[in-house]
Amino acid sequence: MSIDSMPPLIQLEQVSFAYPCSRLVLNQADVIFDTRQRIGLIGPNGSGKTTLLHLIMGLVQPTSGKVLFKGREVASKEDLRELRRSIGLVFQDADDQLFSPTVLEDVAFGPLNLGLSQAEALAVSRQTLADLGLSAFAERVTHQLSGGEKKLVSLATVLSMQPEAMLLDEPTNNLDSTIRARLISILKNLEIGYMIISHDWDFLAETCDELYTLDDGKALHSGTECLHCHPHVHDGGGLPHEHQQ
Amino acid sequence: MTFEQFSTGSSFLHQADPRGKLVSAGLLSLVISLAQNLRTALAGLLVALLLTTAARLPWARVLRRLLVVNGFNAFLLFLLPLTYGGAQTFQIAGLNLSIAGLWLAILITIKANAVILFFISLLSTSTVAKLGQGLQGLRLSPLLCLLLLFSYRYLGLIHEEYLRLQRAAELRCFQPKTTLHTYKTYAHLLGMVIVRSWNRAARVQQAMILRGFNGIFHSLETATMSRSDVLLLAFLLSAGIGLAVLELAG
Ligand SMILES: Nc1ncnc2c1ncn2[C@@H]1O[C@H](COP(=O)(O)OP(=O)(O)O)[C@@H](O)[C@H]1O
Ligand SMILES: [Mg+2]
Repeated sequence: MSIDSMPPLIQLEQVSFAYPCSRLVLNQADVIFDTRQRIGLIGPNGSGKTTLLHLIMGLVQPTSGKVLFKGREVASKEDLRELRRSIGLVFQDADDQLFSPTVLEDVAFGPLNLGLSQAEALAVSRQTLADLGLSAFAERVTHQLSGGEKKLVSLATVLSMQPEAMLLDEPTNNLDSTIRARLISILKNLEIGYMIISHDWDFLAETCDELYTLDDGKALHSGTECLHCHPHVHDGGGLPHEHQQ
Repeated sequence: MTFEQFSTGSSFLHQADPRGKLVSAGLLSLVISLAQNLRTALAGLLVALLLTTAARLPWARVLRRLLVVNGFNAFLLFLLPLTYGGAQTFQIAGLNLSIAGLWLAILITIKANAVILFFISLLSTSTVAKLGQGLQGLRLSPLLCLLLLFSYRYLGLIHEEYLRLQRAAELRCFQPKTTLHTYKTYAHLLGMVIVRSWNRAARVQQAMILRGFNGIFHSLETATMSRSDVLLLAFLLSAGIGLAVLELAG
């Protein structure tokens, strides 16, 4: 079977979703996210970006439509475990993600849950920290890190599970320019695909090749060329578009 | 809030295995808190002072902690002689004071200080995380250990959340008074903290599940008691037994 005929890693087919007792957040949205794809996800506040990532991870179930993982609907607990082993989610607030006393323990938490032995988990965790240039933080106490350090460590906690792809929810919020630059270079050097929610268009232009725009419950696909323009200059500038020369 | 003020240090008590310290702190404070004999209490205080000295903690901070407890003890010292019965009395400023009450208050004061010092020197010289692991090593229910670790981890965050809300209220010129508005505001603040903590807990749980958590905590360390840990444990346990013997003999 050639690579092309493989089903995509994640496919959302006509997915609608509403939280209990509220309006539709997603309305028959179609999204395809394949391994190695580097996708930016933009949209106004409250347009359902975070919800979309939670749908992909199986944290919430679609009201209608299908979420396909490698071409199959996620039905059993075993499927769900497989999905979550393959795809990692970096939460918007690093404090939600880091709970272990020390950085090393937190990074090793996922690998240990995957059934690795202590020695293997330690090795893979140390390696992940080293890859991200965080070795010096291994013994630090998680809740005493700065915001930027927490963000990088929470990235490490997901990467140590060696996922096939990663979802990041507004990773550049509250980052200073140094950490932001570090994050960009980390992402660019990753061998796996990712989908990033961000309002930081320059950041997306540097790290992504494709774009989904959430608007009115629909997901519009486009390239990233339009990100280089300035979003506020004219009506409709908030949506991806191309300028006529 | 400042936690873990004493957990960093280089003394042998800081380095000792938390399990041994937990067991011996438990035994020592049990013996002292049951003691009825002034001699036992004093001996216990002596052991506690020795341990605190050995832990090489900043005395100023230790004394500040003790001040909190002894505020309560001062109250007892004042109250018990006035209220405790007994045949023997002495007189100050025309008041009949009970001697038995005075002795009881002194006994309580000594015992309280001894137990606090045991806890400071033996338990607060480990981080909460280490104590949690120690408790788990002692086969305490993993659920309870988790509860301890998570309460500790998120107490700070919840407190911060409360401070943020309070600051927001203050910045909009909120001044607490004895008015309905004040009570309402505090009720809202409290409600908000609870809702936010709940949401936080839900997100933390989601994050854990996504990383493959299924209720079992795997530890990175296979802790073994070193020789010095065993020695310390033996010493502390025999001190505890010695105190018990002193109590029963006296
Ligand atoms: N747990 C929830 N319960 C009810 N409504 C929610 C919940 N989470 C989010 N929403 C609503 O769903 C919509 C989309 O939220 P979200 O996906 O967080 O948006 P975004 O991440 O794009 O800012 C918002 O209108 C929000 O108010
Ligand atoms: Mg969001």
